[in-house]
Amino acid sequence: MYSVRLWTTRHARLFEIIYNVFEPIITRLHPLWKNLGYERVEKPVARLEALCKGVLFDCQMCGQCKLSTTGMSCTMNCPKNLRNGPCGGVRGDGNCEIYPQRRCVWVEAWNGSRQMRNGDAILTVQKPVNFSYQGSSSWLRVVRGVVKSREAAKLNPQPVQAKQAAENTQ
Amino acid sequence: MIFEDEPLDPWHPLPILPGHSSPGRLERVLRAGRFTVTAELAPPDSADPEEVYARARVFDGYVDGMNATDGSGANCHMSSVGMCALLTRVGYSPVMQISCRDKNRIAIQGDVLGAAAMGVSNVLCLSGDGVQSGDHPDAKPVFDLDSMSLLETVRGMRDECQFLSGRTITAPPRVLLGAAENPFAPPYDFRALRVAKKVAAGAQFIQTQYCYDIPRFKTFMAQLRDLGVLEHCYILAGVGPLASARAAEWIRTHVPGIDIPDAVIKRLAGAAKQKQEGKQLCIELIQELREIEGVSGVHVMAYRQEETVAEIIDRSGVLQGREPWFPGRGHELQKESA
Repeated sequence: MYSVRLWTTRHARLFEIIYNVFEPIITRLHPLWKNLGYERVEKPVARLEALCKGVLFDCQMCGQCKLSTTGMSCTMNCPKNLRNGPCGGVRGDGNCEIYPQRRCVWVEAWNGSRQMRNGDAILTVQKPVNFSYQGSSSWLRVVRGVVKSREAAKLNPQPVQAKQAAENTQ
Repeated sequence: MIFEDEPLDPWHPLPILPGHSSPGRLERVLRAGRFTVTAELAPPDSADPEEVYARARVFDGYVDGMNATDGSGANCHMSSVGMCALLTRVGYSPVMQISCRDKNRIAIQGDVLGAAAMGVSNVLCLSGDGVQSGDHPDAKPVFDLDSMSLLETVRGMRDECQFLSGRTITAPPRVLLGAAENPFAPPYDFRALRVAKKVAAGAQFIQTQYCYDIPRFKTFMAQLRDLGVLEHCYILAGVGPLASARAAEWIRTHVPGIDIPDAVIKRLAGAAKQKQEGKQLCIELIQELREIEGVSGVHVMAYRQEETVAEIIDRSGVLQGREPWFPGRGHELQKESA
């Protein structure tokens, strides 16, 4: 919902804290996901994720969530699907060039990021969207990413970049 | 401007100098530190090549590069690839604009290779206007990539010889990478940082939106300097003549992202000959912009007033007697100078 989405972005710091608690929990549940089978839990978890994030952020389920790097504003709601910053058409009042009655997703993202502890992550260049992930759970992808990088770190004690990549995903 | 190592035929690429990315004239001029002029070339709604050449000819001797727009304003015209193919055939140095609105990553990468093979040396990576603002509002917006990931993609093709998929490219596209920025749209604090982000993604030159608000532009340039961006990137400030106060008012209210201060509109409204005043204002803006630290040149967007560009550049004096290359100004002159 549009008004809820604006509210969450304006409380980006709160949601950053919540997510920082939430991520280690779902990661610790890795043995559970593994025993149940990631493929089997994919659908129900994705449905739950779509419900929660749909209400809070108008989540579009791109499957590779970047909310924590975009000020808790879902940039898939930008009519141009921009993942790396606002376009040049933002109106003087901070509204969208295409939907003049709506706030620019990126103006909100920038404001949200300024509240967040790790807000400067908004300055990282994001890769193009992988459209084959559409509709899948970003949470489970994060867990698998974190676990994989931990296992890699065990085999090879040097710092692994994958860990960093996983941290950027939500 | 004629280089010592001009090819025998103007449509052949120049040798790529050490440290250069492209065989193009635009990069040569930028790297030589000359005040550079580019202009926007509006594509015709026609399949007649002569219409492209006629539109290009009005800039002869005054611009170092011309931007072939890619469905600007989301309106349908001749494609930028098609225009560039025609322009490079006679030796012009077009800046091929690529918009992410109409093509996915497969089409875009193919176009980059095709364009580079046709002699295109400069690519401007844009997100593009929304389909809703053009003549086909019922079209499907693609936006598979955005301007930033497009920059990274083309840089990867050029420097890593790889498609986005990782597949190898045998001869990479040697292009100078450009991007756009609008310092006059919110969120203002983000704009300079976004340029830094674009430079990190591969941008080597930036063409800005129309600059009518000089104080804001100066702040933006100071931020770029403080971020250390100016050492890695050439900034071409966007300028253009306003035809009348009414036109300016219309642009301000109908074209998102273009900010025209009240003072500018007032000045135009108070003039007896508004079109003349618009040109004079543009000349003064160019002269002011030239003095700002880090401005490497101007990008003139004179939509439907292209014929005024030569006069504006001439009267502004920014070329300081330098005459950019154009077809027909080639080897005889080169031999003379040799």
